[in-house]
Amino acid sequence: MTVKAMTAKEVARKVIDNEPLFILDVRNGDAFADWKIEGGNIQYLNTPYFDLLDGVEEVVSELPKDRDILVVCAKEGSSVMVAEMLDEEGVDAAYLEGGMKAWSEHLEPVKVGDLKNGGELYQFVRIGKGCLSYMAISDGEAAVIDATRMTDIFLDFAQEKGAKIKHVFDTHLHADHISGGRGIAEATGATYYLPPADAEEVVFDYAELVNGLEVAIGDAKIEIEALYSPGHTIGSTSFIVDDQYLMTGDILFIDSIGRPDLAGLAEDWVGDLRESLYSRYAELADELVVLPAHFMIMDELNENGSVAKKLGDLFKENHGLNIEDEQEFRDMVTKNLPPQPNAYQDIRSTNMGKITPDEEVQREMEIGPNRCAVR
Amino acid sequence: MNADKVLDAKGLACPMPIVKTRKEMKDMESGQILEILATDKGAKADMTAWAKSGGHELLEIEEAGDVLKFWIKKG
Repeated sequence: MTVKAMTAKEVARKVIDNEPLFILDVRNGDAFADWKIEGGNIQYLNTPYFDLLDGVEEVVSELPKDRDILVVCAKEGSSVMVAEMLDEEGVDAAYLEGGMKAWSEHLEPVKVGDLKNGGELYQFVRIGKGCLSYMAISDGEAAVIDATRMTDIFLDFAQEKGAKIKHVFDTHLHADHISGGRGIAEATGATYYLPPADAEEVVFDYAELVNGLEVAIGDAKIEIEALYSPGHTIGSTSFIVDDQYLMTGDILFIDSIGRPDLAGLAEDWVGDLRESLYSRYAELADELVVLPAHFMIMDELNENGSVAKKLGDLFKENHGLNIEDEQEFRDMVTKNLPPQPNAYQDIRSTNMGKITPDEEVQREMEIGPNRCAVR
Repeated sequence: MNADKVLDAKGLACPMPIVKTRKEMKDMESGQILEILATDKGAKADMTAWAKSGGHELLEIEEAGDVLKFWIKKG
């Protein structure tokens, strides 16, 4: 008797393609309420595994016959047990391989577009946590922006494309996830850039990411231009790539804007945030395609799974860019903020190099959604 | 805290700490206290939720290094 596994990659494809799925989530109620696999065509039932130890009869009647059933738990163990119990009752159900941990770590590379003088831009969608990373590749060289902890995925991807990673950037010191930037730079000999205003406490060497910095990748000279845009953090810096793409970090998202409180200074930074969004970004070309460092809800995904929209459209549609009254704006981004991301202080310390938790602890620290936005 | 029984569930992954705790509890009298040792970090939230759903009282949780200690009074 073996039940089948469904990988995080298979689930990600189902979510992106909006395929029907029924999820029996057997984690405890709080964990389910806090964070789950989101998707437009997913139906859910949350019954903790410890309420099913005497038998699964009571949930069997609630399971549909016309869609795939996936049993989900934190790390896999309980979902295997429940899927086996369902199998004994004649119900065909798969379990999520590696559980929500695997879901949190899965990255789906999506091509965003071509670069003008040859080359490609990829977005890495961390679908379970809502983190977005980028790789620009041109003529055998690559630049990586806002890489997540799973460095192998970026290293392997570059190798597959025959590109050497030369530049690694973080738009800001992240508070919701552990950066893979330093690890990738160490593995490849690339330069690791951080905004100096965010890096005052870091304990390793880095190159300063400052306003106006330009780097080129490949012979095709794809230019990456830094644009200082504080507000989410004091150092937050955006990038314009190839005069086509605007990487906004955690300042501007598709359907929300960045929150200014994760480094503890909401009141101080709200003015910077407004200035970055309402003045600096307003001066940029409407045609620039905004590529943020996060998404919060599945509605922000395009049909191909990418998260990208023209700046001009965001100025029309994004509520956070359309609050005329300054006090109203100030209140929105400093009051009634969503809960802070799990372990965000420890994550910041890790990204500064002050602490080096082992991999298992790093995984635990990153559990849950990213929560970097205010809507 | 004095316990009537101690269950060592160290090194066991979810769902085993709860499966074993539940089994142990079945053989105990109402009002007796079971002490459980576990290393699975997920046990903290799950043990709390399980005790509540089963009508037991979680008296205390203690973290000593990697080991989680629970004291649960049977309801």
